[in-house]
Amino acid sequence: MSRLAKIGGWFEQRLKIAPVLEETMGHRVPSKSASWFYVFGSAALTVFIVQIFTGIMLALIYVPSAGQAWDSLQYLNHGVTLGWYLRAVHGWGSNFMVAIVLIHMVQVALFGAYKYPRELTWIVGVFLLLMTLGMAFTGQVMRFDQDAYWGLGIGASICGRVPLIGKWVVHLLLGGPIIAGDTLSRFFAFHVFVIPGLLIAFVSVHLLMVLKLGINEWPMPGRLIRRSTYVQEYEEMTRKDGVPFVPVAVWKDMIFTSVVIGCVLVCAAVYGPYGPSGIPDPTIVQTVPKPDFFFQWLYALLAFLPPQMETPALLIGPVVILAWLILLPFFAGEGEKSWKRRPIAVVIILLAAVSLGTLTHLAGYTPWSPIMDAWSGDPVPVQYLNGRTPLERQGAAIFQEKQCRNCHSIGGSGGMRGPSLDSVAVRKTNAQLVRQVVQGGGNMPAYGKNLNPAEVAALVSFLDTLHPPNQPPARDAAAQISDQSDHFATGSGKQ
Amino acid sequence: MSEDVSRRQFFVWLGVVLNSLAALILATPVIGYLLAPLLRAEGGQYRQWIDLGELDEFPEGQTRLAKYKNPISNAWDGDTDNIPCWVRRLQGETFQVFAVNCAHLGCPVRWFPQSGLFMCPCHGGVYYRDGSRASGPPPRGLFQYPYKIEGGRLMIQGGELPTLASPSASLNKRSQECQG
Repeated sequence: MSRLAKIGGWFEQRLKIAPVLEETMGHRVPSKSASWFYVFGSAALTVFIVQIFTGIMLALIYVPSAGQAWDSLQYLNHGVTLGWYLRAVHGWGSNFMVAIVLIHMVQVALFGAYKYPRELTWIVGVFLLLMTLGMAFTGQVMRFDQDAYWGLGIGASICGRVPLIGKWVVHLLLGGPIIAGDTLSRFFAFHVFVIPGLLIAFVSVHLLMVLKLGINEWPMPGRLIRRSTYVQEYEEMTRKDGVPFVPVAVWKDMIFTSVVIGCVLVCAAVYGPYGPSGIPDPTIVQTVPKPDFFFQWLYALLAFLPPQMETPALLIGPVVILAWLILLPFFAGEGEKSWKRRPIAVVIILLAAVSLGTLTHLAGYTPWSPIMDAWSGDPVPVQYLNGRTPLERQGAAIFQEKQCRNCHSIGGSGGMRGPSLDSVAVRKTNAQLVRQVVQGGGNMPAYGKNLNPAEVAALVSFLDTLHPPNQPPARDAAAQISDQSDHFATGSGKQ
Repeated sequence: MSEDVSRRQFFVWLGVVLNSLAALILATPVIGYLLAPLLRAEGGQYRQWIDLGELDEFPEGQTRLAKYKNPISNAWDGDTDNIPCWVRRLQGETFQVFAVNCAHLGCPVRWFPQSGLFMCPCHGGVYYRDGSRASGPPPRGLFQYPYKIEGGRLMIQGGELPTLASPSASLNKRSQECQG
C-alpha cells in the first residue's frame, strides 16, 4: 500500500493535479441541486463518450468511399465478429444522445438555469445542440444507402432555395455539381473530425463554466434573480447549505447514466443496427426515402407547408429560432427562475414538444404520400363488387388501373393523400363526381386527358355505389325537379 | 531601461506580424482548396452533352426511364455516377427529358403510364405527363434537360443535381409556366 502511495506521490510531484481534482470533485453544490433532475447533462456526456468509442471502432473497418461504403457496412454487419452490435450501439447511441440533449435543454430551460450569470453556458449549449444534430445528419449520410443518397438530395434541394448564392451553397455542400464520391468524403470529414472536434471543445467550455459558476440552484418560486446580488447570494447558499459534489450528488448521475447506457445496449441488442437499406444507386427510383427519427418532424413539416411559404420558412425559420435561443438569456436574464411562475416558458416548451411529437408521429405513416403500389397491391373489397352491374365493375377496374387507389383508400387500404372514398357517393352527386374526376382540384390532378368519356362514366358509376347500406347517395335536388336533367337524376337516384 | 522595453515590445509585434503573414500565406491555398467546387462550377465544364441512345429506343408517345453515366466521374463514385432521367418522346424529334428529382425536395419521382402521372413518394408531389405540376407541394414543374438529336441519337445536357438554383431550373422556367 505504501508503495502505491509512493508511486502516486511521484506522479503528483510532477503533475500537481491533486488540488485540481479536489476542487473539481469536491466543489460544493447547493444541497437541493443534488437532485434527480440534474442528471441529464452527465448522461449526455457519457453517451457522447460511448459514441466516440464506438465510432472509432467502426472507423477501423468502414471505408469512406462512395463506391465501397455500402459494402463495408455489409461486411461490418455480417463479416466482422460483433460488428453488427457496434453499429447498433452507435446508431442507438445517436438516438439517445439527441433525446437526452433535448431533455437536458428542457430541464435547464424550465429551471431558469440560463439566467445570469450562466448565459454563456446556455449559448454554448445551444451550439452543442446544433452540433449534435449535425452529427445525426452526417451520421445518416455515413450509412451510405438509398435513404442517405436521397437525404442528401433533400439537403441540396433545401440549399438550392437560398436566393442568389443557392447554386454555390449546393456545390459546397456536395463537393461538386452532383452527389458523388466527393460528397461522402466531405461528410466523413465533418462527421469524424470537424464536428466531434468542435463538440469536445464546446463540451469542455460548457463543463468548465458549470464548475466555475456553480450548478444552478433549485429554483424557489418568488426568489428573484438580480445581477447585483446573485453571485453573493449563491456563494452564501453553497457555504451554508452546500454539499460536496462527490459523493453527495454524483451517485445519482452515475446511476442514471448507467441506466441510459444500459438502455442503449439493450436496444442495440434487441433491435440491431440501422440498415443499410438498398444500395445508393440513383437509377433505382423504386424507393421511398425517409430520414432518420430525429429529422422526421422536419420531413413532416415540409409536407404541410404551403408552397409559397416553404422557402421563407426553411431559410428564415431556423435563423429566427436560433437567434431567439441565443438571445433568450439576455432578455430574460433576471427575475423568476421557477417554472411554476413562468407560464409562458412552460407553454412554449409544451407547444414545441407537442408539435415535434405530432409531426414525428405523422411521419410514421406519411398520410401525405401516395402509396406507390396500392393500385396493384390492394384488392377492391369483395362487398364493393358483389351484385354490381358490369359497368360498375368496369369502373372498379378503372379505379385500380388509373392509380386512384394510390391516394384514395377504400375498405381501409390505399393512400391517405386524398379522402377515403368508402362513402363518397353520400358526399357528392353523380355530376359532382364527374366534374371532380375530369377537372381535378382541391389538390387532385385532373384526369380529363387520361380517361375517355366511357371510362369516366364507368368510374363514376362505381363511385356512385360507394355509400353505407342505410344511407342514400347524394342527390341533386334541382336536377330531379327539372326534366331536362333526367340523366343525372336517375344516375344517382336509383341506387 | 524604457528603451529596452520598447525594443522587446517591437520584437513581440514583429513576431505577431510574421506569424500573421505565415497564417495568411497558409490560408490562401486552403481557402482556394475549399472553394474548388465553386471554381469548377463557374467553368461549367461538368455540363456536357451525354448520349442517351438511339432514337428507336424511345417509342413515340411513351415515357421511359433512361440511364447514363455522369460525364465527370471518379473511380470511387461507385453506383452514384449512374444517373436516371425520364425520356418522353412526343413524336418524331420532339422530346421532353425530365430529371427524376422532384422539384420540391429532390426525391425520385415515378412514372405511371396508366394514369399519365409522375408521383413523388416523399411529400406527394404529382406532375402531368408533360412535366407540369398537377398537385402537391412542388413550386414548379419537373426539371428538364436540354436535348438535341445528333446522328439519330438522343443527347441531353446533364451532369448536375437539378435544384431550384441550378441552371437546369432556369433554362426551362418559361416553358413550364406556359404549360402550367
